[in-house]
Amino acid sequence: MRESTALATTEESSTPLAVEMREITRTWPGVVANDHVDLKVRKGEIHALVGENGAGKTTLMNILYGLIRPDSGEIYINGELAHIHGPRDAIRQHIGMVHQHFMLIPPLTVAENIVLGHEPGGINALYNARQAREVIENLSKQYGLPIDPDAKIEKVSVGLQQRVEILKTLYRAADILIMDEPTGVLTPQETHELFRVLRGLVEKGKTIIFITHKLREVLELTDTITVLRRGKNAGELVTRQTSQAEIARLMVGREVLLRVNKMPAKPGPVVLHVEDIHALSDRDLEALHGVSFDVRAGEILGIAGVEGNGQSELVEALTGMRKITRGKLTITQVKDGQAGVTSDLTMLDAREERLVGLGHIPEDRRGSGLVLNDTIEDNLILGRQRWSQFSWRGIVLLLRDIAKWAKRLITEFDVRTSSAEAPARSLSGGNQQKVIIAREFSADPMALIASQPTRGVDIGAIEFIHRRIIEQRDAGKAVLLISAELDEIRSLSDRIAVMYEGKIVDIVSPAASEEKLGILMTGGHVEE
Amino acid sequence: MFFQVLFQGLTSSNTWQVTLEFAALLLLPALGGVISERSGVVNIAMEGMMLTGAFASVMVTLAANNFGLSSAICVLFGLLAAIVAGGLMALLHAYFSIQFKTDQIVSGVAINIIALGLTSYLLFEIVPVGVPSLPDRLRLPVPPLGPLANIPFLGTVLFQQNVIFYITLLLLFGVQFLLFRTNIGLRIRAVGEHPQAADTAGVNVRLLRYLCVVSSGLLSGLGGAYLALGVAGLFNPNMTNGRGFIALAAVIFGKYTPLGAAGACLIFGLGIALSYALQGLGSTANVINLLNTLPYIFTLVALVGLVGRTTPPAADGIPYDPASD
Repeated sequence: MRESTALATTEESSTPLAVEMREITRTWPGVVANDHVDLKVRKGEIHALVGENGAGKTTLMNILYGLIRPDSGEIYINGELAHIHGPRDAIRQHIGMVHQHFMLIPPLTVAENIVLGHEPGGINALYNARQAREVIENLSKQYGLPIDPDAKIEKVSVGLQQRVEILKTLYRAADILIMDEPTGVLTPQETHELFRVLRGLVEKGKTIIFITHKLREVLELTDTITVLRRGKNAGELVTRQTSQAEIARLMVGREVLLRVNKMPAKPGPVVLHVEDIHALSDRDLEALHGVSFDVRAGEILGIAGVEGNGQSELVEALTGMRKITRGKLTITQVKDGQAGVTSDLTMLDAREERLVGLGHIPEDRRGSGLVLNDTIEDNLILGRQRWSQFSWRGIVLLLRDIAKWAKRLITEFDVRTSSAEAPARSLSGGNQQKVIIAREFSADPMALIASQPTRGVDIGAIEFIHRRIIEQRDAGKAVLLISAELDEIRSLSDRIAVMYEGKIVDIVSPAASEEKLGILMTGGHVEE
Repeated sequence: MFFQVLFQGLTSSNTWQVTLEFAALLLLPALGGVISERSGVVNIAMEGMMLTGAFASVMVTLAANNFGLSSAICVLFGLLAAIVAGGLMALLHAYFSIQFKTDQIVSGVAINIIALGLTSYLLFEIVPVGVPSLPDRLRLPVPPLGPLANIPFLGTVLFQQNVIFYITLLLLFGVQFLLFRTNIGLRIRAVGEHPQAADTAGVNVRLLRYLCVVSSGLLSGLGGAYLALGVAGLFNPNMTNGRGFIALAAVIFGKYTPLGAAGACLIFGLGIALSYALQGLGSTANVINLLNTLPYIFTLVALVGLVGRTTPPAADGIPYDPASD
């Protein structure tokens, strides 16, 4: 449906509207999540809904899907006023939603998850596994989405789980598909596959609303764009006629640096020394087969690699969360370019490692970075609660000092929250990440291990986090950066170590071509 | 001496008859518990629901008898009253924990206390002399099973049981089938594991949870009637005496499945029956108090060893709030 520029602007266009949301407002205590938001989506298009985390994209879509009731506003589906009071109403309107955190029940099978609530035979019938399987196999064939209906969800990969979610909506005869940040958990290959599937769905007459904050995806996949900023509609665009910079400006409300500006590194003495480290995976197989590298003061060493080649195990081994079965790990205190005391970290646990100056931004911020139900304040001193600064003799917490400290960090690291006493769970992903970064950076570590520091974080926050990491480098810290985003590795690192099957296969300059890195990452050799 | 008595106990058909009787008595509320917990609502109020059921069954049976209705009709009314009374208490639990998202343990404790206070108060209001007992004709009957009942040993154990025992057996397989072989069972399990996923898939989470909690009350009420109209033939204040809690333990040890709970109930039942048998040791009255705890200690140890860790449904005890992430 890429026709003319008039499409996105004129009311009396020939393509009818599949979804129109008018003046949607929804407030939470202290926050306006949606402030008189309008959204128009035409039939048969892929419409991007973009905005930073916390801009209200998910709230708006949860309203469309009936999970949240708006305070005011109207929804029209195919031109008719729709009353959507719950997901059942949305399903009846042929709206389907694939949530960012999948709505699947792990102990049940793929088939059970797909038919749940609309089982063949209805609520009074026996569960007919054979019929469910048949229906799903037909859907799979029709849309080119192969799946094993009898597999348990808990045994199925993330990419396939997403396929199950899409099949769920198709099984419920959805014509309008909401995809909430669908690529955040996918590998590049899976993302590619997803785009193919979505294009196929549009060809079959479906309409897709695609929530994302990855601008490259917006340009690659979508037809039209609505930008939300702080709960308001900040603009509507036609994809073909816009640019990354324009979308970014609308999202953030100012010009955004899409490239990282940094000075050349001035590496000092070696801080983190990793020598022939071996470690086991969760399944007790060797995941690291002798990893060695050094990170110097004042440099960023990036680790590139296809996910699952031992990066997670490496980070855990370095941070004391996984046993090092063989090898050596040391940290040297460097001050004013002079190497000082060296301590052996090989056998230390996470707490002891932090005491000697290792900071860690874990890859799973919700699982191991934060205690989600605890307050932001508590999360900001997590692991340091026994410091004299925060407690009397390590026993009684000095609440007033903690509050003061938290307040300072919240301002300094631009954590957007209504209160320091709100649970960490209430923050958007980017702000959760800022809490972790605030905590780790404020401890003034000698070496910093940042694992997927910007995963699932919006561009405003990415820019902020990148700048902070470079500041740490320039302050003479040793930074180890692990990321699945090759762009991130290439723009931040001073040297890139490529990891493949539990080994470092090569250490190259960030100027190395993407092709060269790609070959190394997949186990190939590059002739010099 | 001890082992002699134990051996006598284990080989007596009487012990096994009592085992099955007590197992069925525990299984009724336990089945209710399984349904409720599977839907994600923790239910520790089976005790109170059972007690209310026991009270209602005796009172209504006696009242109907005063009207001059035939014995069978009186008992039937008593039975229905027990089921309804248990269901109403459960509705209260459902209302608090689903509608108001009250902590389900607190709500359960409240219901147990209300049930105890209410039944004791009403008992002495209605029957000032207390402890109404029922003539045999107003008790739940043992159905005549003809020649089956005369089979040596097995006849006593299996075919001379109260009519509710056989109903319980049917309910056991019925609930197992319902939960694991029907569409509504799939929805119940889904709601208990991940209510938000079920909701977004189009399942009515609140309605299902209401139904499941109320079902647990119906079954517990029936259990109360079995106790009062069948086993005891009277109503005493606090006559359930913790059986609802033992049923809850059976739910957990049984890994939240009807068949598992039934297995646990059998072991508990055997413990109780054996403690009766051991009283034949001729101990003093006070030692019996200690003996009564033996079955629980012995079953606890056995079950921990046999069953190991049990995992409740993932969303068990967490009120569902559609707007939260």
